[in-house]
Amino acid sequence: MEIRISARGLRMAFNRRTVFQGIDFSVGNGETLLVAGRNGSGKSTLVKILCGLLTPTGGKVEMTGEKPLDAHAWRGHIGLVAPYLQVYDEFSAIENLRLTMALRGLLSDDGAHRSLLERLALDVRRSDPVRGFSSGMKQRLKYALALSHQPSVLVLDEPMANLDSDGTMIVRSIMEEQRRRGILVVATNDLSDVSAVQTRVDLDDRR
Amino acid sequence: MTAANTPLLRWLRATGAVFMKDWRSELRTRYAISALVMFVITTISIILFALGGEGASPEVLSGMLWVVIFFAAMSGLARTFVMEEERGTAMMLQLTTAPSAVFAGKLLFNLVLGAGLTVLTVVLYLIFISGFTVKTYSIFLGAITLGSIGLAAASTIIAAIIARANTKGTLYPVLSFPILLPLLMTVISATRLAADGMPFSEALGEFQILISYIVVVVTTSVLLFEYIWKD
Repeated sequence: MEIRISARGLRMAFNRRTVFQGIDFSVGNGETLLVAGRNGSGKSTLVKILCGLLTPTGGKVEMTGEKPLDAHAWRGHIGLVAPYLQVYDEFSAIENLRLTMALRGLLSDDGAHRSLLERLALDVRRSDPVRGFSSGMKQRLKYALALSHQPSVLVLDEPMANLDSDGTMIVRSIMEEQRRRGILVVATNDLSDVSAVQTRVDLDDRR
Repeated sequence: MTAANTPLLRWLRATGAVFMKDWRSELRTRYAISALVMFVITTISIILFALGGEGASPEVLSGMLWVVIFFAAMSGLARTFVMEEERGTAMMLQLTTAPSAVFAGKLLFNLVLGAGLTVLTVVLYLIFISGFTVKTYSIFLGAITLGSIGLAAASTIIAAIIARANTKGTLYPVLSFPILLPLLMTVISATRLAADGMPFSEALGEFQILISYIVVVVTTSVLLFEYIWKD
């Protein structure tokens, strides 16, 4: 399905402090949206708005398929990897994958889960509780959870956080694949994390 | 759309997933169960020592039974939402699941936990508090069943409200008390009727109030939860 995310006049304020304002963009299938800005400029806030986790103070963001999507359908199209998104530590990697699918109301496919974990070099530890994982392994697991339902929109906040060189290579291939499949949104300070950007939102000086 | 993927089936699957996640998590961590069991045992022991060999009236003992259940519920039933916030996993639920499925799954979990708490408390109370006897079991069963459902329903929505506050421990009983007061007064009254050996028809008024309370709390919770749950 052709998906498009459009934002018009987005403004976000916490109490009376404006984080950003006047944000406009439109991004569709096969495109990459880069959200750039200094620390505290509101990159994660904009990411949360795009994922439907926060309501903007002003303006409008909408996701359209054949028609505008409601909140529930919107959630079904999003895959998010972010430092503030936590996984269930007491469960194993494979249990987290099964749980995420069930929470989305979808049936699990252990074969698909295992090949996803294999791709992210986590298959040998698939049955171990996540609390014993390193921060890099947890980051890889977040990618598995975000990709498990093959989202149309993959949103990455600080995509390379905690990853070693192998992990970085895997994530680059995931980003390439997402560009072919749907929309890629990347929020980062490090512009070397992302290439082939069609739309860029710079949050510096947007107050 | 296949039958396996109708919106209702997906909602039911998500609700079941929230319930099973909480249940498995509880069995592995034992946060709420440990708190509840320790609270019930400690409180009943204190009541036992406080009464000594002295008897107390059925009115007082009926009230004390529900005091134990109320405070035990305060120590355990809030965990379901508080744990999600403390561990930072609430966002995972917000991202993947419809708010109504989160509420239904959490309510189901608290109903099971609340029922277990009530059964444990009642059994220990009947065994150890010798002055407390039940003469009309139909009223007593009705009171503890509707009482524990009402307690679980109110505790779930209050837990969702206070989960993001910094002063959760203080706020929970403070906010719960006025909301649970009508429920507690009614179940205490029904329990007293059961202890006094009154016929079932005498307690019909109490049961009407309890059922109305549950319907109002659950309906209001379903309507409000989406606004409470989203930032």
